[in-house]
Amino acid sequence: MRIYALAVYLFLYIPIGIIALFSFNAGKHASQFTGFSVQWYGKALGNPFVTEAFQTSLTVALSSAVLASLFGTMAALALQSVKGKLRVAFDALIYIAVMVPGIVIGIATLIALVTVFDWLNPILVALWPVADAAPQLSLGYGSLIAAHGLFSMALVIIIVRARVSGMDRSLIEASADLGATPWGTFRQVTLPQIFPGILAGFLLAFTFSFDDFIIAFFVAGSKTTLPIYVFSSIRRGVTPEINAIGSMVLAVSLILLITAQSILQRGRKA
Amino acid sequence: MMRPRYRTALFLLPAGAWFFAMLVLPLVVVFVFSFGERGPAGGYVPAFTFDNFLNLGSRWAAFKNTLVLAPVGTFVCLLIAYPLAYFLAIRANAKWRTLLLILVIVPFWTSILIRSYAWIFLLGGQGLPALLNALGLGNPRLINTPFAVLVGIVYGYLPLMVFPIYVSLERLDKRLLEASSDLGCTPARTFFNVTLPMSMAGVATGCMLVFILLMGEFLIPAMLGGGKVFFVGNALVDLFLQSRNWAFGSAVAMALVLVMLITVTAYMRVTRRWAGGRDDISLM
Repeated sequence: MRIYALAVYLFLYIPIGIIALFSFNAGKHASQFTGFSVQWYGKALGNPFVTEAFQTSLTVALSSAVLASLFGTMAALALQSVKGKLRVAFDALIYIAVMVPGIVIGIATLIALVTVFDWLNPILVALWPVADAAPQLSLGYGSLIAAHGLFSMALVIIIVRARVSGMDRSLIEASADLGATPWGTFRQVTLPQIFPGILAGFLLAFTFSFDDFIIAFFVAGSKTTLPIYVFSSIRRGVTPEINAIGSMVLAVSLILLITAQSILQRGRKA
Repeated sequence: MMRPRYRTALFLLPAGAWFFAMLVLPLVVVFVFSFGERGPAGGYVPAFTFDNFLNLGSRWAAFKNTLVLAPVGTFVCLLIAYPLAYFLAIRANAKWRTLLLILVIVPFWTSILIRSYAWIFLLGGQGLPALLNALGLGNPRLINTPFAVLVGIVYGYLPLMVFPIYVSLERLDKRLLEASSDLGCTPARTFFNVTLPMSMAGVATGCMLVFILLMGEFLIPAMLGGGKVFFVGNALVDLFLQSRNWAFGSAVAMALVLVMLITVTAYMRVTRRWAGGRDDISLM
């Protein structure tokens, strides 16, 4: 039994480990490890395409995670006092957002946004006071943040709602009885209790956005995120540089995930 | 001070607007476009026709691959995941359990792109085949085969299968197992008569989650199947980004969602009988 479990863990971690190991390979070939070197990290970090894609990914992941945490927490708090049709509608939307395949979300967002933009852009041109200077809507940061934020927000609502329903309500009543304002109660009683949930939700949202390929592939427009860059370079062939980028991406998500998981597990015990 | 009802509405407004603009509206657009026609330069021209749906047969290969490899992949995941979940829930040292569980969940949240790439690296000509060749075991072709896609699928979705089964096994009242063995059952009989039936809810949840996600998979077949093993997801990417036939692409997407809904509903009907209540599906 124990040996079986060990074998499965090896299956899960050996491929990741090999990528990390070969990212330090001095040689160019995948089959032989010819010596230790960090030259591929230097190459990757010196490549302007990589740094630009990294910046794009970071901007999108941060913005979408911040917005999703804020709006998701607000919705989770409000939903506890909502019942009836509105509640059913929100539950359905959250469920659909999580369950519909990313690829369907990606294409749906692509064609909906392009159609709306095609329809709005001429109106913008007509209404803009200065000729030929009207801003034109197009796919890019906005569509990436909005599309990633959708899934992330559903995620944050689910996580924070679990914390809200596990909250000790008598504390809130006590705080109100002792004369605290609603804002004071929120800041001193509610927020400390749900904060681990918000933080874990934020970290998972960030990781999701940072790693997502399929939705970004459709809605990125002329922007390139790091996963899109990696995907297109893999098509051109396997190089140690990809190993180095991959190891860095894995390291970032591993750190964030282990933090998020330990916050959540601690919350479960408490 | 604001009345609580207005505050609730105000708090729900951003999330509601976001859901509407980025989820409801796009899905409605796909539905409408699926009855339209392709424009001369690609894209969409309004029309009302069922041609796109009648033409679905031209993508039958993609549907067939998906409908074969998704259930097979789900089943292989189940075979590998069940013993691990059993070990974690019943046999593992309580002190290590949380850590071991986190170690299963974490890969699921790391980049599937990088994890599939790891298998290109391992199964490619310079990887395992070269190793086998050096050992004198022949030089099999592994990459760009259905086998490679299956390995990628199991690697990608195993954690999603382990977690719900673990949850159902962990909730199982361990005294039932003792009672069964006290009453003279062999370990095998205890497993088949007590443990397995009591964990069916977790098995059903895990299978459904993995199956749903596999139906929409694009990346694994694209990277490990090398264009030879393609799913509906690959057909969709081709239709929207290469041939820009939005109307037909929308019909394919509608068909995919429909097939998913039908299989999941049928599956839930069948499993509800022996699964009992619903289980915790969260992987968070």
